[in-house]
Amino acid sequence: MGCMLMSTTVIERNNAEKGNFSQMKQHSGEAAKISVTDLNLFYGEKQALYNVSLGIQEKKVTALIGPSGCGKSTFLRTLNRMNDLIDGVKITGDIVVDSENIYQSNDVIKLRTKVGMVFQKPNLFPMSIYDNVAYGPRMQGIKNKKELNKIVEESLRGAAIWDEVKDRLKTSALGLSGGQQQRVCIARAIAMKPEIILMDEPTSALDPISTLKVEELITHMKKDYTIVIVTHNMQQAARVSDKTAFFLNGEIIEYDETDHIFSMPQDQRTKDYVTGRFG
Amino acid sequence: MRGLLWFSAFLTVAVLVTIVGYIFYKGYRLINFDFIFGDYSPAGDGGIWPMIVTTIYTIAISLLIATPIGILAAVYLQEYAKQGRLVKTIRFATESLTGIPSIIYGLFGAVFFVTTLKLGMSIIAASLTLTIIVLPVIIRTTEEALKTVPHSYREGSLALGTTKLQTLYKVILPSAMPGILSGIILSIGRIVGESAAIFLTAGTVAAMPESIFSSARTLTVHSYLVTQESGDIELAAAIGIVLIVIILVLNLSATFISKKLNKADY
Repeated sequence: MGCMLMSTTVIERNNAEKGNFSQMKQHSGEAAKISVTDLNLFYGEKQALYNVSLGIQEKKVTALIGPSGCGKSTFLRTLNRMNDLIDGVKITGDIVVDSENIYQSNDVIKLRTKVGMVFQKPNLFPMSIYDNVAYGPRMQGIKNKKELNKIVEESLRGAAIWDEVKDRLKTSALGLSGGQQQRVCIARAIAMKPEIILMDEPTSALDPISTLKVEELITHMKKDYTIVIVTHNMQQAARVSDKTAFFLNGEIIEYDETDHIFSMPQDQRTKDYVTGRFG
Repeated sequence: MRGLLWFSAFLTVAVLVTIVGYIFYKGYRLINFDFIFGDYSPAGDGGIWPMIVTTIYTIAISLLIATPIGILAAVYLQEYAKQGRLVKTIRFATESLTGIPSIIYGLFGAVFFVTTLKLGMSIIAASLTLTIIVLPVIIRTTEEALKTVPHSYREGSLALGTTKLQTLYKVILPSAMPGILSGIILSIGRIVGESAAIFLTAGTVAAMPESIFSSARTLTVHSYLVTQESGDIELAAAIGIVLIVIILVLNLSATFISKKLNKADY
């Protein structure tokens, strides 16, 4: 982390107001694409998230870091309501995406079309590469072959895998390597033309070279998408993200520009974590 | 230990080969075109075509009713129902149903379908009884097949903004298809092998059934009766050969269809 440039501006911070960074960040002028206020989440009796508040900016990569079980994946899954699949999850607080409160609307389908997701392990369906990418658009009722062809090609190009798979689109997607599969997963998400893409440790099951490719892709993709990425790997957060939030025991300890988090963390716990003293 | 494992495996195969071999050895001389496709004659020189037709009828009708109901029930239990006491009770009930001796089902069929519903001794009454017999088999195997579909498929599909029903039809059921088909194959075995329940509901009329409402005799029942009435082991063995071939053909075609279905998706 020593090679990281020290930022010249130090944001003043009142430690007593910790936990409401979203408001603090908004004074920078950019409106948040996603703004989360006082989010609490319970698995039955057990509370997993405590008063989480943060604003996620448009067309930036926001990394969520923290030790296992700190709630970062749980938090990510509140953004497209994937936690709805689990019985007994209770959520309080507000998540507003583009001025719409996603927990007040019942249109989960629309939300998940707008907020795509890439999972920890590649989870392509046992179908051809083409059918995997065309799956979402088809379910939305697109039947025109030409249109589907175009979407599939654009999506695979967007995920930087077109050249590797263009001659085998009709073969099983499960025959690809793990890294290729993960990029097809990204293509599958892109095919829905989302605005936001959530990534839950997308490289944790990949080898270093595939990881590098996915990271390059993420940096490239932020031109078009707002990306939120959960990662165990701090170097990865430093490499790909603009902003980083540090989670610990279901709370956000610190949320700031990635450079700041890694070069001059304000909180001792963040410092301990990013310097590898625990976690 | 390894020797014991090997011996157990060997014993299983040996028993199977011996039985099948013995039946073929005993019965092969009777197998010819007239025996299979000829009409039955009480004099003993006729064929078994009416019994083959009856057997195929019962398989077709039972599966036609039991398969959709069984799959839908399993999908409900596994994908929709809230996993609680009710579901546990239903599951326990289906499990218990698989263990009940078929004669009990036969008695129920004889009382309910034959008498109460006034269907008479008929193919349809037997098929409905067989439906009840194989329903738990199909429900259980379909549930197991649905359980093996990785959760990540569901998540992947739902995260793309699809509905639960779309996910079910396009991802979950196709992935579970091989398991579901093996349940159907098991059911075919159960139907073909059934004698007591059919005896009580379809009767023993040894003639070509005019419709599914006529009384008729399946191969298994025929085999039982010729052994019992005339002690004609040779004839019974020949029927056994036909039964084995029918099951083999049905199993192979089920596997073939399952492969075809998968191909269409890949």
